[in-house]
Amino acid sequence: MSFSSLIEHLRMHLSVVLLIVLIIASSIAVIYTKHIGRSEFVALQKLDRQRDNFNEEWSRLLLEQSTWASPGRIEQQARLRLNMIVPTADMVVVVKP
Amino acid sequence: MSRKSKAVNSVGVWRINVVRLVFLSLVLGLGWRLTDIQVLNPDFLRNQGDARHVRKVPVAAHRGMILDRHGEPLAISTPVHSVWVNPQEINVDSVKLPKLAKVLHLNAKKIKNKINSNQNREFIYLKRRVAPETANKVKQLNIAGVALQREYKRFYPTGEVVAHIVGFTNVDDIGQEGLELTHDSVLTGVPGLKRMIRDSRGNYVGGGEQLKETKHGQNISLSIDLRLQYLTYQALKASVQKYNARSGSAVILDIKTGEVLAMVNQPSFNPNSRRGLRNSEYRNRAVTDLFEPGSTVKPFTVASGLKSGKYTPSTIIDTRPGTLRVSGHTIKDFRNYGQISVSTLIQKSSNVAASKIALSLKPEQLWQDFSAFGLAEPTGAYFPGEAMGHLPDPQKWRKLDRATLAYGYGVSSSALQLARGYMVLANGGILRPVSFVKVDKPAQGRRVFSQDDMKQVLTMMERVVQPGGTAQKAAVENYTVAGKTGTVKKAASGGYADKQYLSLFAGVIPATQPRLAMVVMIDDPQGKEYYGGLVAAPVFSEVMTGAMRLLNITPDDLPMTQMRVARK
Repeated sequence: MSFSSLIEHLRMHLSVVLLIVLIIASSIAVIYTKHIGRSEFVALQKLDRQRDNFNEEWSRLLLEQSTWASPGRIEQQARLRLNMIVPTADMVVVVKP
Repeated sequence: MSRKSKAVNSVGVWRINVVRLVFLSLVLGLGWRLTDIQVLNPDFLRNQGDARHVRKVPVAAHRGMILDRHGEPLAISTPVHSVWVNPQEINVDSVKLPKLAKVLHLNAKKIKNKINSNQNREFIYLKRRVAPETANKVKQLNIAGVALQREYKRFYPTGEVVAHIVGFTNVDDIGQEGLELTHDSVLTGVPGLKRMIRDSRGNYVGGGEQLKETKHGQNISLSIDLRLQYLTYQALKASVQKYNARSGSAVILDIKTGEVLAMVNQPSFNPNSRRGLRNSEYRNRAVTDLFEPGSTVKPFTVASGLKSGKYTPSTIIDTRPGTLRVSGHTIKDFRNYGQISVSTLIQKSSNVAASKIALSLKPEQLWQDFSAFGLAEPTGAYFPGEAMGHLPDPQKWRKLDRATLAYGYGVSSSALQLARGYMVLANGGILRPVSFVKVDKPAQGRRVFSQDDMKQVLTMMERVVQPGGTAQKAAVENYTVAGKTGTVKKAASGGYADKQYLSLFAGVIPATQPRLAMVVMIDDPQGKEYYGGLVAAPVFSEVMTGAMRLLNITPDDLPMTQMRVARK
């Protein structure tokens, strides 16, 4: 079959050729979207894990903060380290407008 | 030739028909199978496929936090990990197994036995709720068949300071005591469900759609002020230890809103490690335990007297000779006070005078006035195990019952109920429900006494902490205090126990513009001192001195030298 007759042949079945091209294109598109889907899913899982870890850390920090800031410790630090005292009654002055 | 070709032809036709038939039946068969799979029974294969690859994975929901009124955490759920193993996947003879045992502080042999005896299962826990560092080490070992599961564990950062109010949860995170129990439905989250696709090695490779939404538990803000709570805890604990008392309770209420700002009991417990815990330790005595309130109800008796119109603060009552005989029973005063005013009755805590007032009033009216202070009715706090107390039926009252009611015997109340009664005195005669949860707007109360009567009673009660009163040790410098002591003989089987007392103090501060009401109860102090004015009153003074400063309440009893006027 000569080259020109092949061209002739293709021209006669133009619609079929078009469909074949479209099928190939769409199958590549399927592969591509599947790939995107997978990688996005992996990213989502990673973010989920990250969120869980942050939550974990946050509640740990909250616990730590409340331990450091417990009234007992504050009082101790104020008295011993900063030499603070509770003002006695005669040291209180009320300023009225 | 033609006949021959015809014969050949007919053989050919027969053959070709067979071939046609075979191919046709093949096509029909395939077509039938195709419709069967695709149209008639499409679910079978789909289910089989799903069963191999799709998993419904639960998403843990955490329990809400319990916070104090300023947002300080009192109970937090933090994620922890539980180590589990799939006996069908793990290699029991792996060299990593002893390492895992070491990390988890378990016996390697026991792990091996556990795995071997559960060969037909796919999931067994090795150790639940391990520390984050341990979980990390397990992850680093990277053993096939060993995995971590996220769970939540409840922590109580304030330990025993707020233990009785907050309560605790069990190992499955369900509330067992205290507000963890009453607010369980609000705090509890609803675990979600998501669809995940798994490959042949068990890794999740797709999916993630939510089948059921994860609903995390809601946070609750309590009415408790952690600073006041801590202050009260320290003072009460020190006092209970000092007097070697059996137990103790203290309650502080906000007069304007009915919120519980602090509530402490001794002995207490550590909610973070509850091994060997006894009921006597985790009971919230201030709410669940009843006692006879004794002299602390005398202001109620006087209020009833004022309301009847028969008495004013200056009405003189004859208490001579310091005893009063009622139905063959003798009511005694500490000493013979002589002829005293109603005001002095409260200052000196005269049983005789109080009984005389009670006996002169109509029994039904007296009963009504006592219940108007919230005695023997629910406080509105809805705390688990809340005790209602007891106020006897006036129909069955004998004369002696009325006389003893006047000074707080034959009636029972919890510390919280008593504090609520003092709230009525302090807020001008309005009975309000109390709340353990922070309220934006005070709950609707009910007027039970006139503002004027309450003001008069409160003014009389100021003399209790002044020189000559029974509770000078309850005084708070720079502030006026209105209060009343109580020293109650403890009831025992068949009467009253000898030398066993309850020391009580109930007070309101500042008396001229009340903000807080507090009840201190110390059960069975040992030693020579057992009077409410000596044992319980100092706790009030100590806590309130700090509370006034913390809440920044303006002093109402300041010497003139300490007043300054800001320049304009």
